[in-house]
Amino acid sequence: MSTSLSPARAARAPVKRSALGALTDWIPRLVLAPSVAVSLFFVYGFMIWTFVLSLTNSRMLPSYDFVGFAQYAQLMANDRWWVAATNLVVFGGLFVGICLVLGAGLAILLDQRIRQEGSLRTIYLYPMALSFIVTGVVWKWLLNPSLGLQAMVRGWGFEGFTFDWLVNPDMAVYTLVIAAVWQASGFVMALFLAGLRGIDDSIIKAAQLDGASLPRIYARVVMPCLRPVVFSAVMILSHIAIKSFDLVVALTGGGPGYASDLPATFMYTHAFTRAQIGLGSASAMLMLGGVLAILIPYLYSELRSRRHG
Amino acid sequence: MRSLLRFPLKKTLLGFAVTGAVASAPVQAGEVEVLHWWTSGGEARAANVLKELMEAEGHTWKDFAVAGGGGETAMTVLKSRAMSGNPPSAAQIKGPEIQEWGELGLLGNLDDVAQAEDWDSLLPEVVANIMRHDGHYVAVPVNVHRVNWLWANPQALNKAGVEVPTSIDDMFEIADDLREVGVIPLAHGGQPWQDATVFETVVLAEAGPDFYRRALVELDPEALNSETMIDALTTFKRMRTLMDDGMSGRDWNIATSMVIGGQAAMQLMGDWAKGEFTAAGLTPGEDYICVPAPGTESAFTFNIDSLAMFKARDEEAQAAQDDLARLVLEPTFQEAFNLAKGSIPARSDLDMSAFDSCAQRSMADFKATSENGGLVPSMAHGMAVRASVQGAIFDVVTNFFNDPDMSPEAAAERLANAGSSLL
Repeated sequence: MSTSLSPARAARAPVKRSALGALTDWIPRLVLAPSVAVSLFFVYGFMIWTFVLSLTNSRMLPSYDFVGFAQYAQLMANDRWWVAATNLVVFGGLFVGICLVLGAGLAILLDQRIRQEGSLRTIYLYPMALSFIVTGVVWKWLLNPSLGLQAMVRGWGFEGFTFDWLVNPDMAVYTLVIAAVWQASGFVMALFLAGLRGIDDSIIKAAQLDGASLPRIYARVVMPCLRPVVFSAVMILSHIAIKSFDLVVALTGGGPGYASDLPATFMYTHAFTRAQIGLGSASAMLMLGGVLAILIPYLYSELRSRRHG
Repeated sequence: MRSLLRFPLKKTLLGFAVTGAVASAPVQAGEVEVLHWWTSGGEARAANVLKELMEAEGHTWKDFAVAGGGGETAMTVLKSRAMSGNPPSAAQIKGPEIQEWGELGLLGNLDDVAQAEDWDSLLPEVVANIMRHDGHYVAVPVNVHRVNWLWANPQALNKAGVEVPTSIDDMFEIADDLREVGVIPLAHGGQPWQDATVFETVVLAEAGPDFYRRALVELDPEALNSETMIDALTTFKRMRTLMDDGMSGRDWNIATSMVIGGQAAMQLMGDWAKGEFTAAGLTPGEDYICVPAPGTESAFTFNIDSLAMFKARDEEAQAAQDDLARLVLEPTFQEAFNLAKGSIPARSDLDMSAFDSCAQRSMADFKATSENGGLVPSMAHGMAVRASVQGAIFDVVTNFFNDPDMSPEAAAERLANAGSSLL
């Protein structure tokens, strides 16, 4: 009995273990399945739907009369689209660049073991807690020539002082940069500060022993160590730049005229207020294309070099 | 309710509530769901009048108010409801948009009510045409706003010793005197629709209603790219010299409050601006002046709110919808609603004695211009052309107005393209 039982038991045990094993294997997948399905449908499904709509002549409601790439052709011929696209390059480039430089600079200065570091850090970080709508409205008042800075300086007696970027079609896009940099550079500073604190002191000491000057240490030792921080900062800032919608709406309203329009506001205006869903979808697809064109090479090079390093 | 009445016990239990309702119920009582964005104080009260009238007829009113200025949010909601095959009975849709909904085959037919109530003779032809799709009435007008008004502060004008201008040239002439006493001649908000409002008023003043109709309603490329249009554009850009630097992105009611406070002397704006003056406790004719925009005395740019009716699901809903359409145009609602909203009734046979002098003037001009052809739809307020074309025109107008380097010739050419290049 006992001899016949034990092989049976021995035979049954692995089966049981493998069933349990299969279950353990499957549980994560089962738990993840709903959220995967939801994001497949709501993110990728709607992306595909937007693409389909961009090939139709949809106006007020989606229709399925396909017109090929006519909406894209029309978009290419649209002045306002080019203004919006150029603005995104200007705004995105300056915003990401200035935030990185300012953020890194502030972080390095704060890292010099100064007094009251905690409260200074808080001061710089707080703008991030505001929504872009609040930032936009505050800067709209500050930059309004008859209410804000210009009026104040003129009130001090400098009658010739002019700072009318907000109402100047050529300069309006730079007011967006000012407000966005004000809001986000403190956050970049916090990222860099965390990165700086994570660097092993012994590397810096070693460099000092080798006789490297302080600027040289920062340029050749510290900054290369911070590469992952730059990577995350660029990722976060560039998606803020491309998605910027609320800031434009609150600060300039896309104006004067449509001088400070960005692709996101262009898309919203055409799809939802001007009953041109087809054209709006086409511009949304181009935005997606633009994002991918920047992100894929960057992600690829960063992730590959990290794997090698 | 009728099935309940078969049981005497329940009847007694329900008591007066049921008997009361049955007594006043018509042959068919249905439900109307009305999507609108009359949500601010006065407007909400005015919409409530309609609700009470409908309930007095025994129907049920299901309010579907979606707040958000200009109705953008409401339209998004309406589109999603229509796409899911479940539109409300009626929705606040105006101008050429009614035609777009009509083309989708979603709108009902109001010909029976229109015939019974003789809408053809009640409404001016221009207005009736907007309410019809394919020859059938599909919508009912609620009110008439006049867009070409000039609002002025008499104290500010007196301070500079000038009169209310009667032509665009006058406006430029008195500007220096006003500037000298520290008053901004013209209050304005630099938003595309406000730029377009001033633009269409200047076109109307400089070139008259016939040209206006050809250019901004029929979108005749020859008119849009003509010498007349170039002259009008030049004058329009010159209007900038009357305005202040801080106008960028300013809301219209802030501009109106500048006139009320005397920092600015005048504003070109539709008669909804009256609400701001009334709220400040001012009397028309004494504390503020309303006159037709200089040079447009014999013309009337209208902006009409209307309720478009979606196809009813059954007979009861149809009956309720017909009653709604009839009540909207009946004097009780027209008077109550328009007194609250600052506009004038959409039918011209009403006693105007309850209205103020601005509204009376507006009504007199409405009647006169519907006879002599000066009655034109407002392009800036979505009454003349479809949203896509209107948007394209807005782009050109607002860009031209704000870009110091853009020539009127280039703007006129782009206007002509805007009118014809859309899918």
